[in-house]
Amino acid sequence: MAAAAPPLLRVEDLVVRYGPVTAVGGVSLELAPGPFGLGLVGESGSGKTTIGRALVRLAPVTSGRITFEGADIATLRGAGLQAYRRAVQIVFQDHEGSLDPRMKVGTTIAESLAAHQLAPLHQAGEQVAALLAETGLDPAFAARYPHQLSGGQRQRVAIARALSVRPRLLVLDEPTSALDVRAQARVLELIGGLRAERALSYLLITHNFGIVRQLCEQTAVLYLGRVAECGPTAQLLAAPAHPYTAALRSAVPQVAAQARTQRIALAGDPPDAAHPPAGCVFHPRCPVAVPRCRTEVPALRPAAPGRLAACHRAGEVLAGLDMPRLTAPGPGMLPRGPAGT
Amino acid sequence: MSAAGTAGGPGRAAAGGGAGPRLQITGLGISFGSRPVVALDELSVGAAEIVGLAGESGSGKSMTTLAVLGLAHTVGASVTGSIRLDGQELTVLSQSQLRELRGRRIAAVFQNPAAAFSPVYRVGHVVRRALRCHGASGSEADDRAAAAMRSVLLPPDLLRRYPSQLSGGQLQRVAIALALALQAEVLLADEPTSALDVTVQAEVLELLRGLRESAGLSILFISHDLAVVAELCDRVAVMRDGAIVEQGPAARLLSTPAAEYTAELLAAVPGLEAEA
Repeated sequence: MAAAAPPLLRVEDLVVRYGPVTAVGGVSLELAPGPFGLGLVGESGSGKTTIGRALVRLAPVTSGRITFEGADIATLRGAGLQAYRRAVQIVFQDHEGSLDPRMKVGTTIAESLAAHQLAPLHQAGEQVAALLAETGLDPAFAARYPHQLSGGQRQRVAIARALSVRPRLLVLDEPTSALDVRAQARVLELIGGLRAERALSYLLITHNFGIVRQLCEQTAVLYLGRVAECGPTAQLLAAPAHPYTAALRSAVPQVAAQARTQRIALAGDPPDAAHPPAGCVFHPRCPVAVPRCRTEVPALRPAAPGRLAACHRAGEVLAGLDMPRLTAPGPGMLPRGPAGT
Repeated sequence: MSAAGTAGGPGRAAAGGGAGPRLQITGLGISFGSRPVVALDELSVGAAEIVGLAGESGSGKSMTTLAVLGLAHTVGASVTGSIRLDGQELTVLSQSQLRELRGRRIAAVFQNPAAAFSPVYRVGHVVRRALRCHGASGSEADDRAAAAMRSVLLPPDLLRRYPSQLSGGQLQRVAIALALALQAEVLLADEPTSALDVTVQAEVLELLRGLRESAGLSILFISHDLAVVAELCDRVAVMRDGAIVEQGPAARLLSTPAAEYTAELLAAVPGLEAEA
């Protein structure tokens, strides 16, 4: 990607297998030093969460490398590993599951500070108060338990805890998908503000194009554990180079009638990750697949300056290749895989 | 009813039409003890109409669903006011009368389809049992279950699978198939697509739209997502703290909201365009 400075974090040909299932099938990504946002967009089973977890060493890496400032994170031990864990923090989707229900919010944050020797457990009050204030919470919340907070407030606490160790990179795994829209908007605003103030770099995992549009200059679209396409977010949304990106974008509901486009139909359901299709993994569902797609795996290669796409027809797609769209929707309109006996 | 009629036909659209709305809620009050949670003046769903009930967590939209189903007491709430289905008052019915009506005339699908199916039974067992409970014979239940699956664009052999062997989108479609198999006139859809991927969500929305056309289904669509509501609904009611803030035709209300709260909700939807 465009960054002239060496990347802060680099993922090279990452493969994660769980038994017969290939969750991530060779993904390469780069995160520039902050302020920088990379969006990772995909549907269930695309591998986006697994990639995020691999970045914080919570997923078993089968092959490939993740390097942080040039150092392979798999080889880190002792002080080096401790430093990495401080540098890279994760915020999970499930704000109920990620906070200990028996621990006061202040203690949760103080424990993180203490674990990294940034403050003794019982003398962390000021830092805790500052972190709560920074994430838009009343410092008095330190004395509350998670169940006494709303979802948006709990997610702010999770962000405050992540920030407590002064990370340089955050993995944000669907940070707002469990929140109401207004709470989501406020958390997104918080992330945008922190990015500037703390010069944060982040990997933002989401299924929502609207969120990456707002917070990420670069976006990678995943399909079945592979990058379908990546590039500058605005360009990728304005003119997708991969048919899957185009289809995904066309499926996003829009409030304004004039913003709506007819949906590009995808055939069938996402394939079984234990038995990925031969050739391009997307070809059985692709509206513009050609015979070549069934046999030849498309490499992720430049489709335009700064843009990469794994599609034999990327050039045509980028140029606005016509794709079959649903016109008058109704039952029987949807081409479904094995349907109709 | 014959098995052939299961998928619905144009004839059904007229069934409850003509005279007034299919579902009419008037002066609905729901409370937990002395604490009121819903005070809803008026909400109706006409024949083959899709009405959105939009609001955030705690706005009372799901409690309203439970009240319409006659199930509010199961969570300890008491209900006052009037809920009419094709003119028939539901709030005075006994539980056995309601049981007769639930599923058959008024059906519901919820956010988490996995919770609607017992993990130890094949989904076909659940669908057939519901049909049998509402009077279908064994072979009739088989036929109607299969026809309903086709009407939601699923192969009937999926009925032999367990819930864990189906995707979330497939399960939600089976839940809708169940409503269709029982030939419900009104479907209460409580955040039915919130847990689904966008492409699957789009398919379920298309399915609901299509069922309104082909089967004349009336739908009360409950959602926190105004973009989804905008895509699907004819009319919208925006709910906050148990009351309706405003309601009206979807296109008008979402382009020029009268209430500040609606405008706030709209502004919070992250858009795809370069600047909203």
